[in-house]
Amino acid sequence: MARTSAKTTFLRGLRDSLPFLLVVGPFAMLFGVVGTEAGLNIAEVMGFTVLVIAGAAQFTAVTLMQEDAPTLVILATALAVNLRMAMYSAALLPYLGPAKLWQRALVAYVLVDQSYAMSQMEYDTRPEAPIGEKLAYFAGTMVLMAPLWYAMTYLGAVLGAAIPEAFALDFALPITFLALIAPALKTLAHIVAAVVSVVLALSLAWVPLSLGLLIAAGCAMAAGVATEIAMERRT
Amino acid sequence: MSYSHPHVWLIILALGVGTYLIRFSFLGIIGNRPLPPIILRMLRYTPVAVMPGLVAPLIIFPEATGGSPDPARLLATVVTLTVGVWTRNVLWAVLAGLVALYGGLALFG
Repeated sequence: MARTSAKTTFLRGLRDSLPFLLVVGPFAMLFGVVGTEAGLNIAEVMGFTVLVIAGAAQFTAVTLMQEDAPTLVILATALAVNLRMAMYSAALLPYLGPAKLWQRALVAYVLVDQSYAMSQMEYDTRPEAPIGEKLAYFAGTMVLMAPLWYAMTYLGAVLGAAIPEAFALDFALPITFLALIAPALKTLAHIVAAVVSVVLALSLAWVPLSLGLLIAAGCAMAAGVATEIAMERRT
Repeated sequence: MSYSHPHVWLIILALGVGTYLIRFSFLGIIGNRPLPPIILRMLRYTPVAVMPGLVAPLIIFPEATGGSPDPARLLATVVTLTVGVWTRNVLWAVLAGLVALYGGLALFG
């Protein structure tokens, strides 16, 4: 009985993930193309995709690598993009805490924006489901997405080398970032943070070692929080 | 980029380990200890604080044009942002941006 319901839950997770595959596939392919264009070989592109498995941070690292930024600056900036995942980790703990350590370790590897969003919604709707079903749902959301992420990156890396310069692929990277940023501009505080980030990054471009961006990001975060607090006071 | 291959792998491995530790943080290491609310608030803004600053110089000083702003790339920027805010869909925004970029390059280029 428990087995069949875990299987049903797994399949439901898989089904819920299908619309996201349409976004993840092309996005992965774009990383393959951009990484190759930037000068990485196929093994390095795949290294990023398999070991980091976080699109926005991978694009961030590749952008800074094109500027020959110092290693520590690349790591700090790309990891800053991923800090939001600590929030996901904390949010899922009340539900997945009872799972075995190796199971939680596997969940952590594929804890991405999409699997987090789907699972959070599932656990909110069925908080009483046994831990086996909760894990089955999470596994279902990633069982196609992770292999698709690897495969499409590989395809992009192979194709990227063959695409002529006339296609202006230099601009695929900015377009990708803009497309990631735009839907995230949900509140006034998010918009303020984005504007502060742009203005300071441009005016601090002279700061050596590509450190201007980190300073800009720190100030932008503070500006976002300050705006949020100010908005709460008003209401 | 001018990193040696071992150096690139060092970056990949360090970023992989760092990202994994962030994901595993509460599920495996910190456990059920509450974070100060101010930290939780700041985490919410990390992507919008980093990515716009990263992308702004690429738009205003694109390397492909020798560092001067160009109309096709600015058009693509406006279209991508507008479609992204409007549809809240990353893929539609990318597609619209690419269409605008190629349209712009054909028109102005």
